[in-house]
Formats: sequence, C-alpha cells, structure tokens
Amino acid sequence: MSIYLNKDSKIIVQGITGGMGAKHTALMLDSGATIVGGVNARKAGTTVSHKDHDGNDVELPVFGTVAEAMKETGANVSVLFVPPAFTKDACIEAIDAEIPLIVVITEGVPVQDTAEVWSYLQGKSTRMIGPNCPGIITPGESLAGITPHTIAGKGPVGLVSKSGTLTYQMMFELRDFGFSTAIGIGGDPIVGTTHIDALQAFEEDPETQVIVMIGEIGGDAEERAADYIKANITKPVVGYVAGFTAPEGKTMGHAGAIVSGSAGTAQAKKDALEAVGVKVGKTPSETAALAREILQSL
Amino acid sequence: MEYQAKELFAKHGVATTLGTVVETAEDARAAAEQIGGVTVIKAQVKAGGRGKAGGVKLAKTPDEAFQYATDILNLTIKDLPVNRVLVTPATPPEEEYYFSFLLDRSNRQYLCIASVEGGVEIEEVAKTNPDAVKKIAIAPGKGVDAAKAREIATEAGFPEPVFEQAVTMIEDLYKVFVEEDATLVEVNPLARLAGDKLEALDGKVSLDDNASEVRHPDHEQFEIREEADALESKAKDLGLNYVKLDGQVGIIGNGAGLVMSTLDVVAYAGEKHGGVKPANFLDIGGGANAQVMANGLDVILNDEQVKSVFVNVFGGITACDEVANGIKGALELLGDKATKPLVVRLDGNNVDQGRAILDELNHPLVTQVDTMDGAADKAAELANV
Repeated sequence: MSIYLNKDSKIIVQGITGGMGAKHTALMLDSGATIVGGVNARKAGTTVSHKDHDGNDVELPVFGTVAEAMKETGANVSVLFVPPAFTKDACIEAIDAEIPLIVVITEGVPVQDTAEVWSYLQGKSTRMIGPNCPGIITPGESLAGITPHTIAGKGPVGLVSKSGTLTYQMMFELRDFGFSTAIGIGGDPIVGTTHIDALQAFEEDPETQVIVMIGEIGGDAEERAADYIKANITKPVVGYVAGFTAPEGKTMGHAGAIVSGSAGTAQAKKDALEAVGVKVGKTPSETAALAREILQSL
Repeated sequence: MEYQAKELFAKHGVATTLGTVVETAEDARAAAEQIGGVTVIKAQVKAGGRGKAGGVKLAKTPDEAFQYATDILNLTIKDLPVNRVLVTPATPPEEEYYFSFLLDRSNRQYLCIASVEGGVEIEEVAKTNPDAVKKIAIAPGKGVDAAKAREIATEAGFPEPVFEQAVTMIEDLYKVFVEEDATLVEVNPLARLAGDKLEALDGKVSLDDNASEVRHPDHEQFEIREEADALESKAKDLGLNYVKLDGQVGIIGNGAGLVMSTLDVVAYAGEKHGGVKPANFLDIGGGANAQVMANGLDVILNDEQVKSVFVNVFGGITACDEVANGIKGALELLGDKATKPLVVRLDGNNVDQGRAILDELNHPLVTQVDTMDGAADKAAELANV
C-alpha cells in the first residue's frame, strides 16, 4: 500500500518533448514507473524514444490532448513539465479530462493561476499535487516527479514535505527504514495537496507506521496540520520546520516561504506542532533520529 | 510604494490624486508652488508607520514644503533611507474607510476586507470592534463583477451619498488586483472628501513576482534598486537567488528548503562558536555548474562580514561529482579572489566521486566534512576569528 501512487499507476507527461520533460521521463522510466505516453498538441502523432528500467528501447506516443492520451493508454496520472505561462491551461485540460491525479512540477506559476485552478477543480474528481514541487514517489512501485528513486527503498515511513531537497535529505537519513510514499507538496503560497491531505492519507494507509512532516516558514499550513493531527491522527508524527533564521519580509527561495510581520514564523509552527504532541527536531538529522527512535520501538 | 500604487490605481480608473514625486527639497518647493495652497509632504518608502515616524507633514506654504521635505529626506524609516517624497494637495477627509483585496492563502481564495469605521486605525478597529471589519470571500474563478461589487459595498455599509462611487471603485480595484496579478491591493484610507467625493488617499499594492516574470515585463519599473542591498543587486544581475543576512558564515546550497535548513543548523552551531551566524541565503538550484558556483562564491566572498563559507549540497538529480567539479572550476575562475575557507559537505548521488575530486584537488582553502551538522560546526568554528 501507499498513498496516491502505486504500481498500477499509468503516467503521462504533459510537456514530454521539452528539456525537463524529456530528462525526467527518462529518469521516471529508469525508476521502473509505468510511463505510457505524453501530451503536446503541436507534436501529436509523433513518438519519443527512451529506455525502460531494463534498458529496452521504448517508443512513447505523443498525444494532442490529455483526454485522448487517457482513452488510448488508460493513463490515470499526469505529470506536468509545462512552462509557467501555460501551466494553468494544461491543468484545466487535465481536470476536464477527469484524470484522477495531476502532479505539477513547474516552478514560477503565477499564484492567481494556481488559485483559479484550485477553484476550478472544486467538486471535480482530480487531485492536484504542486505546483513547484518534486512530485511523489512510492519506492519500488512508481514515481511521478523528479525525486531520485535511488535514495531509499520501500518501508514504513510516510513523508510529506514542502521542500524537494529536504525530502531527499530526509529519505537519505532514513534510507535504512524506507518509505511507503514520499510526497513533496510544493513551496508555493497555494498548493493542491496540503500537509493535512497527506496526513489523512498516511493515517489510512496500513503500510505507513510513522509519519514525518517537513514544513517551512510562511502561511499557516503547519499550524492547521497540528490541529488536524490532534483531532485525527493516531500514528506517531515527527516534524521538522525550516527557516528559524529567516528575516521578516524576505522570500526565501520558495515563493511561499516568507515571514509576514509576526505570522508564519518557524517558531510558531514548531510550537503548534509540539503542543499537540508531535516531536519536532531542530535539524534534519535530529528529526531523523527522533523518527528512528520511534521506528525501533515499534 | 504609495506613489507607485497610485499609478496602478489611476491606470485602472480608481479615483486618486497622483501628486508629484520628487527627490530634493528644492523640487518639493516647486511642486508645492505649482499645486498651490496647502500640501502634504509624504516620505516614499516601502514601510508602514510613516506618519508616526515623522514622514508625513502638512505644509502651508512652498517654503514650509521645502523645510519639511528637507527633514523627511533625512529620515530613516524602519532602516530604509527616505530618498523620495510625494507632494500632494491637502484634502482633509470627512470620513475615512478601509478597503483591500488580498490573496487568502490559508483558504486558497481571494478575500476582500472592508470597513467604513476608520481607515488608518483599521488594526485598532479590528481589535475593539471586529464586527465593523467585513471580510468577504471571492472565488478566484468568478471574481468581482458589478453585482458582486454591489454586494460588497452593501456588506461593507458604504453610506448612500458615496455608495455608487464605492461600487465602481470596488470593480476597478479588483481590476488592479487581477490584471496586475497582485497579492494585495489596499486603499487606506479610502477617503470621503468634501462634496461626497470618494478617493484613494493612500494605498499599497504587492505584486506576485512569478506573474511579473511571466506576463508583466512593465512591472520592472516598480523595482527600486537603490534600496536593495548592493550584494543582493549583484546577485540578482547574476540570476542568483540570494538574500543578505547579518552574519559571518556564507552559505551556498541547493534547494530552498535545504538552504533554509542550513542557515538554521549554522546558527545552532554558532552558539558554540562565539555566536557566529549565517551571512546569507543562496540557493544555486539543481544545476550547480562551475559558472553558477563561481558566481555564488564571488557574491559571498565580496561580503566583508563573511569569514568562512559553507557549501551544502545534497545530490538529488544533480550529481555530487558535477558539484565538486563546479567548486573546482569556481576556485580556478576566482583565483586569488578566493581568500576565505570553504567547508564542503556533499552527499547523495555520486557522492564518492564528488568527494574524490575534492580530495584530489587538495586545495588549501577547502575542508570536506561528511555530515551537515559536522560541516556546519566546522564552518562556524572557522568563522569565529
């Protein structure tokens, strides 16, 4: 078991012919993920050549629309490597095609575009992960995104993080235990899947025994997650928050990582999590040690 | 800044008085003369609380305008030097209101906040009489049309004599919000002037950098370079994601989250080494080639406060050997300009090859440490001199 993504996931890539799209299609195939094709309206009817996990040549069809790709391949996940100016339309096309999951890797999407997409998908069947995220990996089963599949294997840890590199760092720290699913939800002010969504899914996933939650400055997602944990989560949760030294009013790399006045500080987030019994590490390695302690006591 | 917000207001038909922006007291006098009558001289900085800091004065004559402008241009408000003042006709409001549209990230929608009971003291009103501050959710897909604007004006309780003007202004302010891709459009105070005329007396607009990049090349004009730190300016020209902080350990890393985390870990380590702190945030992203690394090191080594540099890279997609070659190449590019010790921690993809490259380089300035915590400790130790 896992959350959102498993061995039966059939993935298409929107933007499969672009530089990032091509590079990560190759890496996703190498991880063993089932990639069934891509979408680019201007190159519909062509194919792109790649190697699969076993080194065999594969020709992936390029379709004109997401709907067509789904009809022809049975795809149920789309990963988007579309430039920021076109991301909104690409998302809406995928939502209209009723694909169950879209994973938006693109960084730099105007926040009002994301707000419109989020508003548009209310009441529809699609889940969105991202934008500005590394995507999602269920080790040994599937990868929809850019997380390196070589860091860690399958195991009992469920990981949800705003940051890509901190996802990798934490997977590396706990690689001897492994992960049910690791999901990077993205560092933008508005994202489609939140910490709370992932916590809920991990709670329901029998394979996940410990949840590691990584947050960072900006917004109140971590505080909301703390409230949610108190009311709904029975599994042990270990937390980490980045950005204690971030100055007020400066964006720290991620568009959403900004302390505004006294709101969105790392300290407030840490306090909120600790108040509901979540153990919060001061550094990634201390956080991993806390998770390790719990894993060893299970 | 206020005058820039007002330019955007005027562009979208929101009633406001632009006034004249000047950089010298002499020009302030001339502007006051031209406007005639009583004028307001206002400091133009990106900070609130200008009035309390002495940055807003009423001038009865051009000579007074000269005097006040001289004083204000000598002020520093919240660490920002005042380089400009705005001269506008004094138009004493009969009533002051508050109005804003903003991105409500918690609820993933837009929010309108309006109050007809007090403009500039809105925060006080929110505390003492929260019911007087109306919050109205806006669905991003639907937006604000004439009907919604009327609904907002009714909910906010704009009085009858200015009601229709309020409806029009709300529609126009929403245009500022969406057409300029703002995350905040605030009018404070929104004033009811003599003759029941509604006008945006002061305002603030925050723009979304991503959107400015994608579809508003004209937004570049709003950037005030001289207020930015010199190193931040240089980094921006080099395309680097850099924020200057006040510390001694220069930081380079890949990925925003890991770099933020690195700053924290260095600050903790610094507690044991004379209280040294991180000097900057610098995310060189995924492709850490020699040129990007050299540019990053160049900016950091130009920071006089910096005593040591911590390069913290986790090779995800990026391979550590590429990063090691980047460091090697950067040191070659910089030559004698590289004078401060570098602590390097590499982990992840191709880590053995990466570490081997740096071992072989055997550069006197470079120390390799295997763990993030250990490397932070070493960098802090080297900065404590």
